[in-house]
Amino acid sequence: MSAEKKTEFTVVNHSLPRRDGRAKVTGRATYVADVRLIGMAYAKVLRSPYAHAKIISIDTSKAETRRGVYCVLHGGNLVGLNPYFGHAVKDHPLLAIDKVRYAGEPVAAVVAVDERTAFEALDDIDVKYEELQAVLTPQEAMAQDAPLLHQRQFEAGALRGFEGEVTAGKGSNICQQHRIQWGDVEKAFKEAAAVVEGDYYFPMTYAYAMEPYVAIADVNDQGVTIYSSAQHPFMVRHDLKTVFNMPVSQVRLIVPFVGGGYGSKSYTKIEPLVAACSWKAKRSVKLQLTVEEAMLTTRSDDAYTWMRTAVDANGKIIARQARVFMNTGAYAENSPLVVEKSTNRCVGPYSIPNVLIENCSYYTNTVPASSYRGFGCAQVTLPGESQIDELAKKIGKDPYEFRLMNAAKPGEEFFPGMRPFDGTLKQDLDMAAKAIDWQEPLETGHGRSIAISGSDAGAYPLTSTAIRVHADGSASLMTGSTELGQGSHTVLPQIAAEELGIPIDKVRVVSSDTAITPYDRSTGASRTTTLMGRAVMEASREAIQQMVKMAADVLKVKVAQIEVVRGGVRCGEAQLNWSEVISKYYALPDGEVIGRAYIRKDGDFAKLPVFWEAACTGVELSVDEETGKIQMEKLATVGDVGLAINPALAEGQDIGAATMGMGIGLFEELVYDGPQLVNGSLLDYRVPRFSDLPKKVELHLVENQDGVGPYGAKGGGEASLNSMAANIANAVDHATGVRIRQAPLTPERVWRALKEKKVQG
Amino acid sequence: MNLQFILNGKAWEMECEEQETLAEVLRNRVNLNGTKVSCEVQVCGACTVLVDNLPVSACTLLAYEVRNRKVTTIEGLEKPDGTLHPIQQAFIDEFAFQCGFCTPGMIMAAKALLEENPKPTEAEIIHYMDGNICRCTGYLPIVKAIRRAAGEMAQERRS
Repeated sequence: MSAEKKTEFTVVNHSLPRRDGRAKVTGRATYVADVRLIGMAYAKVLRSPYAHAKIISIDTSKAETRRGVYCVLHGGNLVGLNPYFGHAVKDHPLLAIDKVRYAGEPVAAVVAVDERTAFEALDDIDVKYEELQAVLTPQEAMAQDAPLLHQRQFEAGALRGFEGEVTAGKGSNICQQHRIQWGDVEKAFKEAAAVVEGDYYFPMTYAYAMEPYVAIADVNDQGVTIYSSAQHPFMVRHDLKTVFNMPVSQVRLIVPFVGGGYGSKSYTKIEPLVAACSWKAKRSVKLQLTVEEAMLTTRSDDAYTWMRTAVDANGKIIARQARVFMNTGAYAENSPLVVEKSTNRCVGPYSIPNVLIENCSYYTNTVPASSYRGFGCAQVTLPGESQIDELAKKIGKDPYEFRLMNAAKPGEEFFPGMRPFDGTLKQDLDMAAKAIDWQEPLETGHGRSIAISGSDAGAYPLTSTAIRVHADGSASLMTGSTELGQGSHTVLPQIAAEELGIPIDKVRVVSSDTAITPYDRSTGASRTTTLMGRAVMEASREAIQQMVKMAADVLKVKVAQIEVVRGGVRCGEAQLNWSEVISKYYALPDGEVIGRAYIRKDGDFAKLPVFWEAACTGVELSVDEETGKIQMEKLATVGDVGLAINPALAEGQDIGAATMGMGIGLFEELVYDGPQLVNGSLLDYRVPRFSDLPKKVELHLVENQDGVGPYGAKGGGEASLNSMAANIANAVDHATGVRIRQAPLTPERVWRALKEKKVQG
Repeated sequence: MNLQFILNGKAWEMECEEQETLAEVLRNRVNLNGTKVSCEVQVCGACTVLVDNLPVSACTLLAYEVRNRKVTTIEGLEKPDGTLHPIQQAFIDEFAFQCGFCTPGMIMAAKALLEENPKPTEAEIIHYMDGNICRCTGYLPIVKAIRRAAGEMAQERRS
């Protein structure tokens, strides 16, 4: 770890108020929904009523002649475009071509003078379908006689490491397979002192970013310009480059404030469609989805996991084996990466000498699944952390002690070939246990659980940034990291201000415009603080090096004689701040210095993951045995973040993630009845509300400066979600003696399980 | 349709269509984008504005319903000299938002609460605010912000 340890900070490691605070509390913060271009038209989308059907014909003539309609697009009139996109494989048509693969898939789009006209014209489109047999679950998709969703071979997308490796489109409904193995699992299970085994189900969930997907496109002879609520503008740019067959310089993605992402706005969603609308209508076009439509756009992969875990006579975990089937829906999106990550994360942050994990995701006729906060980790941490408790119970050990005994140690290469573990799980566990009063007696009907997760962060090290230091001593920070609410526009200038020794108010963030800001691969996988933060630190230092040379030139001394002090330089008696260095160098009170940094898979970042995202959560809950309803009594989060650049923001990420995880543990689930999503509205899809707030909440951070990010920082923001469903299942078992292996633990499920237990006596 | 109402203390008169919602009128005709639209089924509270000081969902209220009534939106809270309303300031001080999309509605609902009940208990805050969803913060910082704002507003009244 080369990032030096430092204990005295002026700007970082302080809970400074959010830089976007005033804009957000006054209603002045601009989201894409608030952007209007002059002469802009509006698009609306016609969606398939069938889960799987051939499109026999589409008649748009009536819609096209309606007053106020500019044009109608469908899969048959996209000649001139390459209509398939996807960063893993290009399997996703921007509008259905020849057939539809899920109920809700976009089939046609109307572009009109206003939204209402476009909406009304949808009724005038006549589509004739021939219904095909639908497959809705991995089990149906893998059947011998299952109909195939995709018949063609796909081109690879931009996702590194997957060219030629994605299994999608090769004559089956398999989207992706992944497998890890070490040791001798069969032998270990034979020799085990105790084994637990079970089948688990983690549901489909909807991230509910409160701002639904929205984009505005202007396609003209200058190229493609898109305003979008996208987390990863540079990844979207790659998809549009191929849709329009243009150089990347001609594709411009602009991302203002984003109203929540949580992974659901990762990668390309509606941008190719809205761009095609603009291309066809020859004017700028806005496409604003409703929440109901957003629910038909992306969800998380649901996962069916069979898992078994073994211990020896001393209580040491000796083996884990799992087989995971994931349901990726109609298109691959980011599921190939989710499969890889969920495979790795079955191991948990434990030292296990014998491991075999097999994972396979299937295309089905359901809403496409993709990234969701935690990247496949929550799906397998439900089984993983459930089995830790099940085993502890079986061998009569305290679950906290059992975890402590088996958790990966700092610096241990517990996952062969990966970066040694860079967290301190003992400290995490101790803090969480204390926060939920682990040693205290419990009331009847109450249960508690403590769970850990450690994810090989998906953050791929490819990031660049530039910082422009101006002649008045202020600075513009050019960053491709998107402000989703996580606080990048506060944390990144904190780092720049710390390095340059200038007040944070003098740093302006210029963000997420692919025509202006340097390349950043994505804003996801908890990467921003670690990778962009490190880049900002290095770019600031590079600017300082340039200013040292300029100062030497100005003072007519050798570079070696210049000493850097906070906010400027000194040479003997002479002291210059940055403003003076730059102004004197150019002999005008103007001009600038541009500091740059490029991060790639090298040096500190050569070994993946660039960090282990480690966290511990603890809960206490009570169960009403009459109704099965769970009340959250206590919640504790411990983020093992290396160093919190802004502790309040880091804790805010943890409680936010834990609350989402609690939602999945208690009630969040997209429900299919046959081929139709039956709870596809906020009326029916239940997310946590104020009244679900646990009675007592404690948020803690562990800061050992053990990461490769700036000042030893590591990423956070996903990990507290991952263990929550398992925590709730474990605590329910603790409270009632009933083990539920399926999330969410709705009152009905808990009540039925309790009733069944009574019947069995 | 002719529509007259008082918006943030100022009289407005305009032509709009009968089927337009208050959110549409605010956002599209008056260019006040602070009022956000999310669920469109009165569940999330993002579009909360005050009509005669009571919180309503602007996404489903026909603009017609506010004729000759007093409407307050998030844009109406800041004083002309730039001083923030104590609730706005408390939301900043307590980190009571992240993405900020729920924030205008959240602040308007909190304003209605504190006007009705200047010293709410934690349980009363939770009960009153249950119709506003936040997906980022886990609610705790919002509860703290409302308590802090209540304290600030009580102090303002005393001085």
